[in-house]
Amino acid sequence: MSETTPGTAAQFPPLEGPPLLGLHEMELNFGPQHPSTHGVLRLVLKVDGERIVSARPDIGYLHRGTEKLFETETFPMVVPHTDRMDYVASATNNHAYVLVVEKLLGVEVPKRAQYIRVLLDEMQRISSHVLWLATAALDLGAITPFFYTFREREVILDLFEEYCGARLTLNCMRIGGLPVDLTPGWLEKVRAFTEPFEKNVDEYEELLTENRIWKQRTIGIGVLDEKRCIEWGMTGPVLRAAGKAWDIRRAIPYEVYPELEFDIPVGKNADTYDRYLVRVAELRQSRRIVLQCLDWLEKNPGTEIRGKVPRVIKPPAGEAYAAVEAPKGELGFHLVASGGNKPYRLHVRPPSFINLQALPEMAQGHLVGDLVAVIGTIDIVLGEVDR
Amino acid sequence: MSESLVHYVLVPFVKGLLTVILVATAAGILTWIERRGLGRLQIRKGPNRVGPAGFFQWIADVVKLVFKEDVVPSRAEKVIHLLGPLLLFTPAVVVLGLVPWGPEVTLFGVTTPLHAAADLNVALLLILAVSSIGVYGIILAGWSSNSKYPLLGGLRSAAQLISYEVPMGFAIVAAVLMAGSLSMVEIIEAQKEAGIWFVFPGLVAFFLYFVSGVAETNRTPFDLPEAESELVGGFHTEYSGFRWAIFFMSEYGNMISIGAIATTLFFGGWLRPFPNVAWLSFLDVIPPFFWFAGKVFLFLLVYIWFRATFPRYRFDQLMALGWKALLPISLANLFLVALAALWGAAGLKVLGAVLVLLVAGGLVAAWRRPARASVTTRMAAEKVEVRA
Amino acid sequence: MSEDKTISPETPAPEPVSKAPETPAPAAPEPRPVPAAAPAPAAAAAAAPKPAVPAVPAAPPKPAGPKPTDASGKPLVAALAAAVPGSVLDAYEFVGETTVKVDPGKLVEACRHLKDAEGFTYLVDLTAVDWKERDPRFDVLLLLHSFSRGQERLRLKAAVGESCPSVTGVWLTANWMEREVFDMYGVRFDGHPDLRRILTWDGFQGHPLRKDFPVEGIDTGAAIYPERYPEGGGPGPKDPNRKVLS
Repeated sequence: MSETTPGTAAQFPPLEGPPLLGLHEMELNFGPQHPSTHGVLRLVLKVDGERIVSARPDIGYLHRGTEKLFETETFPMVVPHTDRMDYVASATNNHAYVLVVEKLLGVEVPKRAQYIRVLLDEMQRISSHVLWLATAALDLGAITPFFYTFREREVILDLFEEYCGARLTLNCMRIGGLPVDLTPGWLEKVRAFTEPFEKNVDEYEELLTENRIWKQRTIGIGVLDEKRCIEWGMTGPVLRAAGKAWDIRRAIPYEVYPELEFDIPVGKNADTYDRYLVRVAELRQSRRIVLQCLDWLEKNPGTEIRGKVPRVIKPPAGEAYAAVEAPKGELGFHLVASGGNKPYRLHVRPPSFINLQALPEMAQGHLVGDLVAVIGTIDIVLGEVDR
Repeated sequence: MSESLVHYVLVPFVKGLLTVILVATAAGILTWIERRGLGRLQIRKGPNRVGPAGFFQWIADVVKLVFKEDVVPSRAEKVIHLLGPLLLFTPAVVVLGLVPWGPEVTLFGVTTPLHAAADLNVALLLILAVSSIGVYGIILAGWSSNSKYPLLGGLRSAAQLISYEVPMGFAIVAAVLMAGSLSMVEIIEAQKEAGIWFVFPGLVAFFLYFVSGVAETNRTPFDLPEAESELVGGFHTEYSGFRWAIFFMSEYGNMISIGAIATTLFFGGWLRPFPNVAWLSFLDVIPPFFWFAGKVFLFLLVYIWFRATFPRYRFDQLMALGWKALLPISLANLFLVALAALWGAAGLKVLGAVLVLLVAGGLVAAWRRPARASVTTRMAAEKVEVRA
Repeated sequence: MSEDKTISPETPAPEPVSKAPETPAPAAPEPRPVPAAAPAPAAAAAAAPKPAVPAVPAAPPKPAGPKPTDASGKPLVAALAAAVPGSVLDAYEFVGETTVKVDPGKLVEACRHLKDAEGFTYLVDLTAVDWKERDPRFDVLLLLHSFSRGQERLRLKAAVGESCPSVTGVWLTANWMEREVFDMYGVRFDGHPDLRRILTWDGFQGHPLRKDFPVEGIDTGAAIYPERYPEGGGPGPKDPNRKVLS
């Protein structure tokens, strides 16, 4: 398999045996206006009955030329553009971008700002994973988890709104720190949010984890083992469900993650069910991190949220790459600066885009009903895929 | 007006008309109940704008659907495209017409059984025959749309409905064995005579019947022909306006008829609980029709509850369940029930007691089982630390 | 407020490298050397890429930012140079990242060596940069990651014209990345199995991320029928609304 390259006919050999009744494969256009393609993903499927012979993703319906726009804006002005990529996890987008500029500038971010950033990141991870859980369950026909998970998400979005004024496109980080300090009483509200959280996650697990139909629909579906995951550049929960304990927060630590205690949940069967388990376990780990950040912030009150940043940001010429562990995987920004006040070239390494590449391999041979499970399990956001 | 004209023309006509109106109205009200019920189960409100607690929402929906443009795909088979919804709706109404809603009543000086059609002695056979016609409605609707998703939906439903007719038929045969008749009224009378609802000796048969019924009505977790997240809308993707509304009404009409048949065969139809126990006779205050309606309503609530709880089966799993699990069980059950029925009413009571005890034991055992055992075995490690 | 000394370090000591400039009026950047610090001999050093903003000459000298340091002595780079002779043109370290300039002709060979012998199994990112006025116009950047070498990352940089060897044979994940670069820059990857546009639509003309592509985009008609729109569509060259990046 490693010799064949994706997209070629050799990768998708026809199913064994002659086609039944002399019928040929049907070409099925899946999307872009399909309820479970999570946006405007289009797949051109070849199906033999309901069995998928090949799936060819066709993306770009949401392409907005974000990277071109980056080049026209000064460094601070780029931050809101990053919100619009993975719009369900904009805090991590902001974070990855400011990290790369700070790396080039050599700016030291105050500890308090780092803790708040990590706090925002982890809350964003919770809201993103929770939304994933909702939509993945909905794809498989379970409609109730969708409404339950919105309890968590609504509270998180309200907290974001209170902090930075926005619910979805947060624009909540600045080069060298944060735009604003915390509002009084915000930390208590976050703590109040974390209290029923474990119990609520238990409820989701009760609905799905041991549900026979859920298990039948997810176990053994969309298997991509560790070796293939790395070959395809898969990161995030997909890679971890394949058994590789690799998380950028530990592997290439940034901000205050080395000071925080958390575990990396790892699956071993590399299927959809394990990815579900990994994500649910990550919800609990994120809560742990949130609690540690709250403890630190309550013990160390302060006002310093921005490092010493020059008034006009002109990083030295050169390349830099910085990445964060976004809810979907490794989100990196590849910056080429030429010494001016605008990025000469700012390339995004979007986890959804890279992870989506493996979809044909994961879906091949499954049924159409499994395809939605596989699309769901990769956790893509088309805003990020198409940029 | 001569007696025979009233008896053979007017009364059947009125009753038939009532049935059609009842199905349509009940389907509408049922959507309201379903949406409110789902709302309660899903910590949200459901419809709450039109009328008290949103009760008139279904009327608003009907008005909207009737006045909506009726889009027919340009390359569809127009006649068959029109025929599809009708083929699905008609059996739903006819089946309900064959189910007795109560014993004889006297209204306006006319005494008549509360029964749209006559009390046929082959009613059950007719029900089975008529309800299978609905499959053609779905297949033809899917095929005539000249679109791929409806075609897949139609084919799915063809396979699904045919597969589940078989265990359903065997479950019904079990009830017929216990009652010794194919007439719906006589089955109810037999339950009164036996002094026991057939649900107890026919526990397995009832379970099979209800599961197959959920599959026959394309409801969660067997809603594959119209699986929204897979096939967009399934067989009715290309339908809009009133034709779509007819599909919608037939689905709810079918739900009602499955509930009605289950009530008749296994829950004593219009009988009150324990019809032979004299000291419970105060329950007769409630007219038989309401006992019947109440039991059907409970079934409908179970449908709604299912919808809020279960994910959807995959197609091959659905077929495997039908052929590999339900069919053998139904055959074994038929054998068991036949043995008990040979023994007479006492045999049915013994079988009922044994089955109830077994189910109770199973529930207790399931309750004690540790819930999350398999999760921990599947995760490679609960705690993994990776340091750079 | 700040009892804890960790909260407000008045003069933070940046760990990675020396601090960014902040003192004098940041009117303009000094006319820096080429961004690609010392262009490789192969890469036609003459045509220096222009910075994004017009550089104002005679800026006061100020403390420079982090400077690239030579990294050709690193064992990894030396091993690469030894295994694939002639592949390494230059190597430098900058803000803690190692970059190796590779001869495009030896790119695939070098990648193969890095993956098989050095354990760089994971291709993190592949992208390109347009240096409009340089002769091999584009830089293709590859970022590799090695799980076995202590999470080490390595950037490869190849100066190419409009064609570049494809590394899809080495890492599967390069497929879409190369398609994206082809779509955005028009760099053709030789040996790519399925080189089609990926983000823009089929039949689109032009490569949006090239510096001479107008930010406003081009007329749809021009994108389909370039021959009927001789000026490339969109706002004409004399249109005041036209904004072409330098």
